[in-house]
Amino acid sequence: MSITVRNLTKHYGTQKAIDDISFQVKTGEILGFLGPNGAGKSTTMKIITCYVPPTSGTVEIDGLNIFDNSLEVRRKIGYLPEMNPLYPDMNVLDYLDYSARLHGVEKTKIQTRIKDMVQVCGLSSVRHKDIGELSKGYKQRVGLAQALLHEPEVLILDEPTSGLDPNQIVEIRNLIKQLGLAKTFILSTHILSEVQATCDRVLIINEGTIVADGTPAQLQQDFKGAESVTIELRTAASDPLGQIAPKLRSLTSVTGVELLSRKDSISRFQLHVEKGGDVREAAFRLAVAEGWVLLELSTRSTSLEEVFHKLTMS
Amino acid sequence: MNALPYIYPIYRRELQSYFNSPVAYVVIIVFLVIIGWFFTSSLFLMNVATMSTVFDMVPWVFIGFVPAITMRLLAEEKKTGTIELLVTKPIRDVEIVLGKFFAAWTLLAAALAPTLIYLLAILPIGEVDLGPVFTGYLGLLLMGGVYVAIGVFASSLTENQIVAFIVTLLIVLGLFLIDKMLMFLPEGLSTTLEFLSVDYHFASIARGVVDSRDLLYFLSVMAFSLLLATVSLERRKW
Repeated sequence: MSITVRNLTKHYGTQKAIDDISFQVKTGEILGFLGPNGAGKSTTMKIITCYVPPTSGTVEIDGLNIFDNSLEVRRKIGYLPEMNPLYPDMNVLDYLDYSARLHGVEKTKIQTRIKDMVQVCGLSSVRHKDIGELSKGYKQRVGLAQALLHEPEVLILDEPTSGLDPNQIVEIRNLIKQLGLAKTFILSTHILSEVQATCDRVLIINEGTIVADGTPAQLQQDFKGAESVTIELRTAASDPLGQIAPKLRSLTSVTGVELLSRKDSISRFQLHVEKGGDVREAAFRLAVAEGWVLLELSTRSTSLEEVFHKLTMS
Repeated sequence: MNALPYIYPIYRRELQSYFNSPVAYVVIIVFLVIIGWFFTSSLFLMNVATMSTVFDMVPWVFIGFVPAITMRLLAEEKKTGTIELLVTKPIRDVEIVLGKFFAAWTLLAAALAPTLIYLLAILPIGEVDLGPVFTGYLGLLLMGGVYVAIGVFASSLTENQIVAFIVTLLIVLGLFLIDKMLMFLPEGLSTTLEFLSVDYHFASIARGVVDSRDLLYFLSVMAFSLLLATVSLERRKW
């Protein structure tokens, strides 16, 4: 089930929600949609699920167009909208039954599918309760169960883990990973660790345009800038900035030294290192030669968070 | 029905939601109390055993009741956002509209049904002509259907239930009162306007004659309102 999005543009009045977006998702791929609030993630998803039409451009799911084959397209999709809207007056089982019927699940299969979903999504303890009485986490699971019920080939989940506690987030992620092998996923989030944990590919979107596209590792590689090394030393020096910093600065590939903190005899520095350089060994030898006690030496590379920050904060 | 297989699940859920909440019971009870009061006062105070008070009063009561039961049909789904999940299911918008229409119409019929008790009560004591009673009920159902269809349309316009209520009330009241204002209008217009009046056609049916022109009127106003509701629901696609 491949999804092809071509030159998608959507205006709300005079405001451009998305601007000429094109991308493809292959079968079995889990695509993470990343972007600040209002970047156009939800709008793109609403267009793919046939909720709102694009101003121009088109979406095809396995060659089926959202305009000409709207019903076919919708049949293939399981959708969890952003606010996870549910009917508070229905109980969980009734609601799942209703969803299954609207998705045209065969009558003989409805009961088994519901039973499966209640189990997979961990709803058995609340299955007879009204949805309005459930906690946010359980509601989210009901939304997810509803999206998975008819065994769709494409799953579109708008912020599937919002409102969940850390344990539930891990559960949902595992569920997505487990299902992701056979299905095509698009999920949006603004939690970066989530993308790293679940997605095969990331699309960073900002102000309606795609600013980056690749695997999480690729993006980190591409946007890797200068690294930084933190070093903590115990010395007898009374003036670390004057006595130690220049020596650290003189190491090869160090471009700058900052004193982060100083407490009694312990000083903490941050060394800025040029791209590709590794200063740790030299720093260690320097410390030994100078008789400093090395308490900490750590390096930090660009995280996806920084990539995201760089791309969306221009 | 097979061409539109999803009307039934929508209908069933909507009806369940009426009967799971106090709405249905409040509607039925208040309806019976009001109609019962008029019926018994004519029976005991005026000593007349007749169903005609029922047929005189129900159209008025419908004007207030129908907007109350139809206002939430689509407006609530829009307000809470459930409409997004509903219309992204592989179903047609017209199925949503028809399912909700039939559910509200069923509730109206359920409120009307217990008034048959009054008929049973006067059968032994008065001379009741069953023909006009039968067509009278048919007329009430058709009239109610027109109101419900208008209510569904009004509910599709807005996410505010109060707005939906008021719009329905105004349209329905207008349709009902047209033929009572004909005296103020030039004669040429009055026959046309009379044909638009829902009460004119109801009165015609309630006399005991089911004329195809009256049936055509009721069914076409219903169909037209439901068409408008469907178009209005599809408005998001423009």
